[in-house]
Amino acid sequence: MNHLILLLLLLITQLAGFSQTRIKGQLKTPKGKPVAGASLTIKDSYDGATSDSSGTFQFETSESGKHLLQISAIGFKPLEEMVELNGSPIILRLTMKEAMDELKAVVVTAGTFEASDSKRTTVLSSIDVVTTASANGDVTGALRTLPGTQQIGEKEGLFVRGGSGEEARVFIDGTLVNNFFFSALPDLATRGRFSPFLFKGTVFSSGGYSALYGQALSGALILETIDLPDESSASLGISTVGLSGGYQHLNKKKSASWGANYGYTNLLPYFELVKQRPDYFKVPAFHYGDGNFRIKTSKTGILKFYGTFQQNQLGIRTPDIDSANLKNAFGLSNYNLYANLSWKERLGKKWKLFLGTSYSINQDDIQNRLQNAENKDQLIGSMPYLAKPFTADIKSSLVQVKSVLDRRIGSGLSVLRFGGEWLYFKDDVNFRDTLLRKTMQEDQFKAAFAEVDIYITNNLAAKLGSRFEHSSLLNRNNIVPRVSMAYKIGEKGQASLAYGIFYQKPERNQLILNPNLLFTKAAHYIANYQLINSSYTFRAEAFYKKYDDLIKTFPEISNKGYGYAKGIEFFWRDKKSIKGVDYWVSYSYLDTKRDYLNFPGSLQPNFAANHTASLVVKKFITKWKTQFNGSYSFATGRPYYNIRYNNSEAKFELADQGKTIPFNNLSLSINYLPAIGKTDAKSFTVWVLSVNNVLNQNQIFNYNYSYNGMIRQPIRPAANQFFFIGCFISFGVDRSQDVINSNL
Amino acid sequence: MKKSVFLLMLMIGSFSLLAQSDKYQKAMQQRIGEMETAVQNGGMPSLANSFERIAEAEKTQWLPYYYAAYCQIMSALLEQDKTKVDQLADKAESLNKKAEELAGGANSEINVIYSMIATAHLTVDPAARWMQYGQTSSTYLEKAKQLDPSNPRPLYLEGQSKFYTPEQFGGGKAAAAAVLEKSLVLFDQFKPASELHPTWGKAAAQYFLAQCK
Repeated sequence: MNHLILLLLLLITQLAGFSQTRIKGQLKTPKGKPVAGASLTIKDSYDGATSDSSGTFQFETSESGKHLLQISAIGFKPLEEMVELNGSPIILRLTMKEAMDELKAVVVTAGTFEASDSKRTTVLSSIDVVTTASANGDVTGALRTLPGTQQIGEKEGLFVRGGSGEEARVFIDGTLVNNFFFSALPDLATRGRFSPFLFKGTVFSSGGYSALYGQALSGALILETIDLPDESSASLGISTVGLSGGYQHLNKKKSASWGANYGYTNLLPYFELVKQRPDYFKVPAFHYGDGNFRIKTSKTGILKFYGTFQQNQLGIRTPDIDSANLKNAFGLSNYNLYANLSWKERLGKKWKLFLGTSYSINQDDIQNRLQNAENKDQLIGSMPYLAKPFTADIKSSLVQVKSVLDRRIGSGLSVLRFGGEWLYFKDDVNFRDTLLRKTMQEDQFKAAFAEVDIYITNNLAAKLGSRFEHSSLLNRNNIVPRVSMAYKIGEKGQASLAYGIFYQKPERNQLILNPNLLFTKAAHYIANYQLINSSYTFRAEAFYKKYDDLIKTFPEISNKGYGYAKGIEFFWRDKKSIKGVDYWVSYSYLDTKRDYLNFPGSLQPNFAANHTASLVVKKFITKWKTQFNGSYSFATGRPYYNIRYNNSEAKFELADQGKTIPFNNLSLSINYLPAIGKTDAKSFTVWVLSVNNVLNQNQIFNYNYSYNGMIRQPIRPAANQFFFIGCFISFGVDRSQDVINSNL
Repeated sequence: MKKSVFLLMLMIGSFSLLAQSDKYQKAMQQRIGEMETAVQNGGMPSLANSFERIAEAEKTQWLPYYYAAYCQIMSALLEQDKTKVDQLADKAESLNKKAEELAGGANSEINVIYSMIATAHLTVDPAARWMQYGQTSSTYLEKAKQLDPSNPRPLYLEGQSKFYTPEQFGGGKAAAAAVLEKSLVLFDQFKPASELHPTWGKAAAQYFLAQCK
């Protein structure tokens, strides 16, 4: 009987538990703003509610006793509150703190333009790099439409904010690329060696870049190669300049891939049709072969290899500036091998490891000859002709290893990053003929770096870094600070500041003349404001750079050069205002002077224009299955100088100076995709037509002076215009997404 | 005596067990019934929370997580402020993953949700994200079709996506109508495994088909 009473009692208490407790209240942020859409739950029960737009909530629960009330909301740290449920109403006023969140958190953007397809909104997507009209399939082409870069047509390289082409370096998968551009030619710009389709991510820093990179006074272009392809495919390309073909294989498990490509470019047919200013006695011809493999080493790890071998040759004959009937004949044959192996892996929850290694060897065999009207070699024993003919074999190689470890700090987004790199440069310069000289230069370059990303709140972040470098060739060390921070202003805006010191080794030929030179040095100060939403991007950036220890070649070769650069830049991109049209505009103002090389004083260098602007427009016309791309670039005239040695005063002086005509270039390209949308199509074809300098505007980049200073000749492109027609077919993969994406 | 107590205990025990599953059944049915109106009156986020509460309390049922993920991704797709969509989709994905674990793998319906998650990410910046998410979305739909050829929802979503794709890219009204009609045939034949299993999509498929004509 007793047992029954006990049972009854038990039942009654259980029933009593069915009495309802009402819980209501309000959720706010520490700043007093309501938290809407938060979910409130009595743990392990169905009872709960969702807060409304004013942050208030109300619900009833039939549970009794002590229970945990769990509260969660997207973007906030979850909250738990112990409540005593006994039938009497509970009123709660609770505060929820914002959670650290990669999507919401500020990103340091001072000095940096990023192109990627990752989730975070970036200024450019990687397809933009390919579809910019003036780019002509050159990785750096699209970057020349961004603020901070110069429109240079007489020399290869990226000329960033008053820096020369040598002062901006390119990195692929973390490691430095020694010969990113094709070998230098007299008064002609060369392209980058690497296909833009090789890269999925591009970070272009026009200053203030991370401590992970070094040895670039002005800017860094950081490229990340693609991962596994989506499917196996073969490709074939035919164009006005050559042929190409390739195959990519993806295994069944989609965990590994390999591929190879070959291309042959020969400009003979094109030069027959479009007249070139120089006389090409050897028409440019290029062989290009590459191979790659990519293996997923785990869910989070990937091992990537890319290797390429390239061979090219050309010969250019131009009138000799010092005489009426002599000619200058320049011949080049180039061999280039580049290989890069990298491995990325997550180690546990906190750690990430990057290991990268690369090897490159580049050989230039150059022959310069003075020739007569019948193209026969001439040897004239007096100046200036004496110094003109030369033969040089230049072989340079680079081996490097880099490692970076990432460790997450705490539960937020803060990260500590550190690592080191080792680079071994070897240069063999062998001049034959008149200038008999052989030099061999080796440098073991080591660097260690550490950097910490600190997220103080979602709205305030700082990046503090330091880098230590040692060069065995210079036998010198340097240690530099890199600091940047970002603060969020409003929902979509943010301001960033960056400061850093950057060192760079002097050029090879300068070190040959004086091995005791120091590192050249630049300090960057950058302030940036950026506003990004889904339809437009606005950026404004101001900078000041101070150069020290630049190389002077007169009166003796020394580090007595100095200079500055300052400016302001704007960028505006709009995808919405004009229906179906995506455009961007950039403008840069640059004020720079430097005293270096043989300059007789502080001068604005001949690679710096004061005002540069670009407009890039893209439109896809669905009905025609065609994408139209246009770009217009403008730059004010650049200074040119005749710097001559005055024998009587034993110094260099400005014998003549002026400013070139402004630079204008309108480029158009059309991509026609007949197979787009045909889901059953076995192959996918893209037709490309592009024209550079559509308006046939006169472009003068600089002037050459004769030895006696009496004759001045403009430096102009090899031809005013460039035309390109190509057809690229890919079998097995529907490439339509590549193109649709730029219009939808 | 002892026997009767034991019996009573057993009864009470099974009664409460019965009550529990009855409670689950009722709560789920009620909320599934609310889904249609929630799409219209903006109630999807709070409905998602309700399903998640049931899921967390039950711990072993995949359907509440599935519905929580569905309501969450629907609220992401209905969200006008595109900057919020990624987070909502991420939340839906974590719920869908839990459903997948409890269901012992990704079944056809769970693949449908994964496809919708990819579509939501895509809508944030179609130009830049097409390549990545467009492909992911259709891959999941294909998987969903393979796993259950009688499921009408992958076909309905495919039809809807064709509806929004220009004709030149293989979309358009005619192409959409063909797929939507097929989905409606399947909707008519479709028998859910239980009262709680998903049945949504028919009305929407009919709506889009009407728009095609």
